[in-house]
Order: sequence, then structure tokens, then C-alpha cells
Amino acid sequence: MDTVTQAIQGVPLNHYILLSAVIFTIGVIGVLIRRNAIIIFMSIELMLNAVNLLLTAFSVYHNDASGQVFVFFIMALAAAEVAVGLAIIVMIFRNTSSTDINILNKLKW
Amino acid sequence: MSVSLFYLVAFLSIFFSLMVILTKNPIHSVLYLIVTFFTFTIHYILLNAQFLAIVNFIVYMGAIMVLFLFVLMLLNLDKDSEPMKSNFVKIAGLIAGLCLLITLIGSMKSLNISDPVILKDPDIGLVKNLGKVLFSEFLLPFEISSILLLTAMVGAVLIAKREPKTT
Repeated sequence: MDTVTQAIQGVPLNHYILLSAVIFTIGVIGVLIRRNAIIIFMSIELMLNAVNLLLTAFSVYHNDASGQVFVFFIMALAAAEVAVGLAIIVMIFRNTSSTDINILNKLKW
Repeated sequence: MSVSLFYLVAFLSIFFSLMVILTKNPIHSVLYLIVTFFTFTIHYILLNAQFLAIVNFIVYMGAIMVLFLFVLMLLNLDKDSEPMKSNFVKIAGLIAGLCLLITLIGSMKSLNISDPVILKDPDIGLVKNLGKVLFSEFLLPFEISSILLLTAMVGAVLIAKREPKTT
């Protein structure tokens, strides 16, 4: 295990922030450009994961275990969110026989 | 090995997460998302957060991805039910996302933190240490999260249930 943990020594914290920012932005762009509700859900998962990675990196950087406990809570929350969200998508598909979010514009304006 | 392993895995995670939002077929998107989560697991192992690596592997790659694939198979989406947005909306979304990225990077530059991440205490991410923190400092949030999971389960069953004909 020592050889694996040696690998991380020397990566600047900046690069972790950069990586998380890029993946978070990919998630935001995915939400903005796609119309399939399931792909939008996956983009939200990407954003959650980017935040998880950054929390872990900061937790190691500051030598504080609380960050990793937060990541654990976020994972529990993501599991709950995905279960409810996919149930909603199944219900939408049953009513409109499509997962296109442009059909769901009744609440627009 | 050393530092370059991090950059290789980082490149892979960015590449596969781009593929998630760029592929047309939703099934391919889910498969790319699984690979992306696997690269995140490698990141956790590199940070010596072994508990999170295992939980990420089991919960995300196991439970959540199976749920996604299951729903995709259940919905039986055909090719023409996957419309893309117009080019104008795509370009506007891309510009908005890049503006967000530039803002994040700009604010990061002004922080001036470039110290390397050094593992001071190698035991920090192990199950023993995290369990002690979780069950002493964060006991109440832990119990509340169990209620959250229970409500999510009840809600999912209630929403996905077929409505009776009387309505």
C-alpha cells in the first residue's frame, strides 16, 4: 500500500481543484445541452462526484477526517435522490411515453 | 509511476465524463458513466481513502448504475425518441458552462494555494478511523440519514406505483 500512497505525494492541490472544476462544468453543460431526462440525471451524478473528490482531497490535505464523512453522507443522499428521481422519470414515461423534458413545459412562465 | 499516474487517471476521468454527455445512445452514456466512476475510485485509492473507494465502488458502480440501466431497459427508448436540442441552445449552454469554468479557475488563481497534497496521517481514510468519527461526532446526522433513506424508499415505491383506474 505504501507504493500506491507514495504516488500522490507531490500533486498540487490546485490540480485537484482544476480537475473537479472541469468535471463539474461538464456536468453543468450536460444538463444544459441534453433533452433526455435520464442523461440530465447522469450529469447531476457527475457534479456530485466532482464535489466528492474535492472534499476528499481537501480532507487529506488538511488531515481532517470530517471531509470523508461528509462524502459518505453525500453518497447516501445521492442514492436516495436517484431512487426517487428515477421513479419520477418512470412515471413521466408512463404518462407521456417519452423522457423528453421539452414536453414537460406546463410550469414554464 | 509517481505523480504521472494521477494525471493519467485525471485525463481518463475528464475524457469519459465528456463521452457521457456527448454520446447519442443513452445506454452508451450509462456505460461511460460506470467507467468514469471507476476512475473516481482510483482517485480515492490514490488519496488512501480506502473506505470511500470501496463505498464508491459498491454504491455508485453497483447500486446506482444498475438502477440506471434497469430503468433504461424498462423504458425501452427507441432511436427517434432521443431528440437533440437545437444548435443555438447547445452553443448557449456551452458558452454558459465555459463561463462558469473560467470563473472557478479565476477564483482559484487568486487563492494562491499550490502546496502539494501530502498524506500526513496514512490512517485517516481507513475504516477504523472513519468509523470512530462517524459514530461519535456525526452520530445524529448518521441516524437522520437512515430516516432519509427510508422516506426515499417509501416515496419511490409510492410514485412508481401504477395509479388506480378510479382517478
